Amino acid sequence: MSKISVLVGVKRVIDYAVKIRVNSAKTAVETANVKHSINPFDEIAIEEAIRLRERMPKGQISEIIALSCGPPKCVEVLRTALAMGADRAFHVEVPEGTKLEPLAVAKLFEAVAKRENPGLIIMGKQAIDDDSCQTGQMLAGLLDIPQANFVSKIDIQDDKLVSVCEIDGGLETVETSLPAVVTTDLRLNEPRYATLPNIMKAKKKPIVKLTPQELNVEIASRLKTIKVEEPPKRKAGVKVESVDELLEKLRNEAKVL
Amino acid sequence: MISRLFKSSGFISPRISLSKNLTSRFLSRNFENRASLSSLVFIEHKDKKIDNATLSTITAAKQLGGEVSAIVAGSDASEVATAVSKLNGVDKVYVANNAVFDNNHAEAISPLLLAVQKQINSTHVLASHSSVGKRVIPRLAAKLDVQQISDITGIQNESTFTRPIYAGNANETVESTDSIKLITVRNTAFTPAENKDSASSIEDVNSPDVQVKSKWIKEEVSKGDRPDLSSAKIVVSGGRAVKSAEGFKLIQDLADKLGAGVGASRAAVDAGYCDNSLQVGQTGKIIAPELYIAVGISGAIQHLAGMKDSKVIVSINKDPDAPIFQISDYSLVGDLFQILPELTQKA
Repeated sequence: MSKISVLVGVKRVIDYAVKIRVNSAKTAVETANVKHSINPFDEIAIEEAIRLRERMPKGQISEIIALSCGPPKCVEVLRTALAMGADRAFHVEVPEGTKLEPLAVAKLFEAVAKRENPGLIIMGKQAIDDDSCQTGQMLAGLLDIPQANFVSKIDIQDDKLVSVCEIDGGLETVETSLPAVVTTDLRLNEPRYATLPNIMKAKKKPIVKLTPQELNVEIASRLKTIKVEEPPKRKAGVKVESVDELLEKLRNEAKVL
Repeated sequence: MISRLFKSSGFISPRISLSKNLTSRFLSRNFENRASLSSLVFIEHKDKKIDNATLSTITAAKQLGGEVSAIVAGSDASEVATAVSKLNGVDKVYVANNAVFDNNHAEAISPLLLAVQKQINSTHVLASHSSVGKRVIPRLAAKLDVQQISDITGIQNESTFTRPIYAGNANETVESTDSIKLITVRNTAFTPAENKDSASSIEDVNSPDVQVKSKWIKEEVSKGDRPDLSSAKIVVSGGRAVKSAEGFKLIQDLADKLGAGVGASRAAVDAGYCDNSLQVGQTGKIIAPELYIAVGISGAIQHLAGMKDSKVIVSINKDPDAPIFQISDYSLVGDLFQILPELTQKA
């Protein structure tokens, strides 16, 4: 098969283990002084790109390019991607506090993809902050190329991408031509840790800075945030001592059995 | 290798025939006028049956207030279309009978929705936030240059919607400034549409010429006669503490006794105790049954995101400090291997 490069999407989000807080003005979630990391699904995307290169004949995956769109601190997640094994990176930088919606991000990715002509684009299935689950599909639409979503296994055979996708009732296997966009599900792989020597090496790998203006992409928000609120709290529950007491409560108090 | 494709972007113009009165109706549309509001709902179906989550999407569309059209696509679409036409809230059904729409390739469904949308000029296009809706609607959004609103749980008005973010730890209310609103709907937030006495009209649409570069190979659907996880009234879920696939059988036994659906935490799925389609959580199924029984599940943020809207939550866990107890209505501290058999026997 022909050589291809892989483009991987990386988003910097509040770490998955952090219990988030809504700000006092109820306009957003507090992000200052909160631990951020790579979106877990994007980490899986980078890992898969690396594994693909490792398991395919040498040279078939010519390079792995990471791309992140966001404020200056996104460089941190790009460095992590480079330390894991990506070769080089692009950072589409916007000022701190700029809201980037999935459609804008998809357009920025489209612009970079048109420059770099990747044979495969791997993105996370969703970002754990906005939970939109849109960007990869939008990108595939903009580029008019096939998409495979929520993949738990991918393989390239004779210039075709074979993907096992997680669907509501089970699994579905789809074959697509390349180039294509795939979005990762949790079960695709277990991402590796970057080793210290690789973290040091990653500091020398290039990160090219771009702006939406350079890429000629309009990033203005289409959605106006009216408010952000904490969900209603559940009222405190009770501890029961035995199975009998539990069944009695479920039958007579909650009346759900 | 991608460059070749960019030269011919955009879909081949669709051939679609719709009635004249529809055309004149959209010409006179005025977006400021509430009466002109109208919705198009994508109907998911399988084995000639309407998908349950889709029924809730119809309710959401009806709540918006305008005329609701539904579109059914696939080689066996007619029978489903007849059923859809009898649903309360549906004013009109469009049918695209074509095998190209089987298996719900986003590359086929999105251009169909685009073509119908361009003809009838709906103000809103809705689908459920299911694995199919999630792959189809964003692709359509890109084609229409619209910022989609995912997984809505509430409708404030025709352009303002509420949706959970950060694994359900915050609710965001957003107002769309796009002229068309593309929406995926959280099925647990809206009641399913029921049948009505009459049937709405059904109209055929020609399929747009779509070039699908994806080929469906096969499907492995987890079978079972238990109620579907997303629509079950009672769900029993197992976590890491069940220790093995045999341990998970205790969960299934209790579920069978209660006529319940079976769910699982990510830990149980990853450990291979059960099928991954059973995962409940931020990135698995989002459910809100009458009764949720969490067994051996600690209650990570990501799991709570999928079940915290359940009416009554029961937790059985050995660890009295497990976070799941904080959101449980009834907590029972103890060894699940003793409690479950007893519960199954006495329930």
